[in-house]
Amino acid sequence: MTTSSVSSKLDLSSAKSAKLQQFVKATTKMLALPLLGIMIFLLLWSIAAKNIHTSLGEFPGPNAVLNQFNSLYNEHTAEREKADKFYERQEVRNAKRVEADPTYQPKVRKYTGKETFLDQIITSLITVTSGFLLAAIIAIPLGIAMGLSKNLNSAINPIIQIFKPVSPLAWLPLVTMVVSALYVSNDPLVSKSFVNSLLTVTLCSLWPMVINTSIGVSSLDQDLKNVSRVLRLPILTHIRKIVLPASVPMIFTGMRLSFGVAWMVLIAAEMLAQNPGLGKFVWDEFQNGSSDSLARIMAAVIVIGFIGFILDRGMLQLQRLASWDKSATTV
Amino acid sequence: MSTLLDISHIDMVFPTPTGSFTALKDVDLKIKKGEFVSLIGHSGCGKSTVLNVVAGLYQATTGGVILSGKEVTEPGPERAVVFQNHSLLPWLTAYQNVELAVEQVFGSKMNKQEKKEWIEHNLKLVHMDHAMYKRPNEISGGMKQRVGIARALAMQPEVLLMDEPFGALDALTRAHMQDSLMEIQNELNNTVIMITHDVDEAVLLSDRIVMMTNGPSATIGEILKVDLERPRDRLSLSKDPHYNRLRSDVLTFLYEKQRKVETIKSKTVTKSTQTKTA
Repeated sequence: MTTSSVSSKLDLSSAKSAKLQQFVKATTKMLALPLLGIMIFLLLWSIAAKNIHTSLGEFPGPNAVLNQFNSLYNEHTAEREKADKFYERQEVRNAKRVEADPTYQPKVRKYTGKETFLDQIITSLITVTSGFLLAAIIAIPLGIAMGLSKNLNSAINPIIQIFKPVSPLAWLPLVTMVVSALYVSNDPLVSKSFVNSLLTVTLCSLWPMVINTSIGVSSLDQDLKNVSRVLRLPILTHIRKIVLPASVPMIFTGMRLSFGVAWMVLIAAEMLAQNPGLGKFVWDEFQNGSSDSLARIMAAVIVIGFIGFILDRGMLQLQRLASWDKSATTV
Repeated sequence: MSTLLDISHIDMVFPTPTGSFTALKDVDLKIKKGEFVSLIGHSGCGKSTVLNVVAGLYQATTGGVILSGKEVTEPGPERAVVFQNHSLLPWLTAYQNVELAVEQVFGSKMNKQEKKEWIEHNLKLVHMDHAMYKRPNEISGGMKQRVGIARALAMQPEVLLMDEPFGALDALTRAHMQDSLMEIQNELNNTVIMITHDVDEAVLLSDRIVMMTNGPSATIGEILKVDLERPRDRLSLSKDPHYNRLRSDVLTFLYEKQRKVETIKSKTVTKSTQTKTA
């Protein structure tokens, strides 16, 4: 072998190893470090848990919580099986009665077993989304109007500043009483507890959207306003073609903040309003006070955090899709 | 040719917390159809205020602007403005930016095909037909300004108002844009008011150069007629004695008669006496 071929081989291998090094570095940053962080957290958690003794037994460590995730899932599948069997039985029974008496109108009854953890997650998601959407429908037009008119802004801003820091727990009793006074129906489309939680979420998640939208609209570039004036755009065209696209980044920032608030508020609202979602799950487990309760609540805490994180990421993706200004949507 | 635009004895007074501030005092100017007029003066002398009053974005305190026999009371597309920093809508492509103007001005007068052709024609005029579907952040500063000009031209204005249109561009791009503008002007023969603080630009492009005195209470100092043959070529003009005389006339006005007093220096007595003796 000549020296030159050796050195070229060396070059090749060094280039390879440099690439490998880079890959290792990247994966360390992306995967290994977060994993390490989680490991240390789990370790500290299990050590701390062993040393906390409550009236319901030892504070649950990671293991106990994992077991509860398992049993929550098993309960869910068991409940589903029961429901399936119930409907099967009902169908057979109805078929038999129709056979015996052709004039018989078969009744279909709904299965009234208790909600499982998964059902409660879905209820929570539906409630938070409905409350948030209602807030958005009110907040965005209001924010645009406030951004366009300085006078309106001066008139409404003090009210917003006062209502913004109010806790959902303060709103809820008022909402409950108003809803039970006004929402009277023999065959309600949705339950009162749902309406109570929804409205509380709306009341609390309204404000960041109003504020951000109005700031986005009012900080519209003077030059763009002048373009609109030179073109004599009618007010609605002005809003549609200039104001709205220009403030989309700020509107979405507001929506993201609001959705975060909405999710936080929802859990508290569900606890008090007894809307069958995650908040009620936590409250019921707390009242239940079995030896598993704390572990089950801890499982719910983790799920709540996870869902909140995913919702935020979803909003960010939506913001990226809707916004022309890609630089405004960094994490 | 008759007067198209009459800027008639304009005063502009702005209220400030410390009392009223007179920006313009008795600015009076008549512009003929097809004339290219530059406003030149030191920064802060109220050139932009004059333009904004003509555009209708400001209302003059006294006096007024009359365009084709009608008083100007509000902005409108017949007085299209090319803004200094292009002012394109960043979420729209070059084509859509021009389209917004065309829809607004010719919405009912043209059918779809005519509008499309008109938009493309104007973008072609400014040599932007190759990047019609690009957004402002994907094209250079000069190209953005071209689209801004195309948008203004597409409104078929009676007067085209340009507020330091090439001020934010580098020297080479600016020269290129000036050549383009002369080419367009040769074809369309628009009536143009352009604000500039570039002496060469003013002499090269204008039929008349309106030189403004320093504010407050700025007004028209001198008006210089530029009677150079068109089409003009910057290279041959640079050796032309008449061109250089006109150029030095403007320079003399700006740097001798209306020398900008540096307010920071004049605060210290010793330095202000130094500048007086110098």
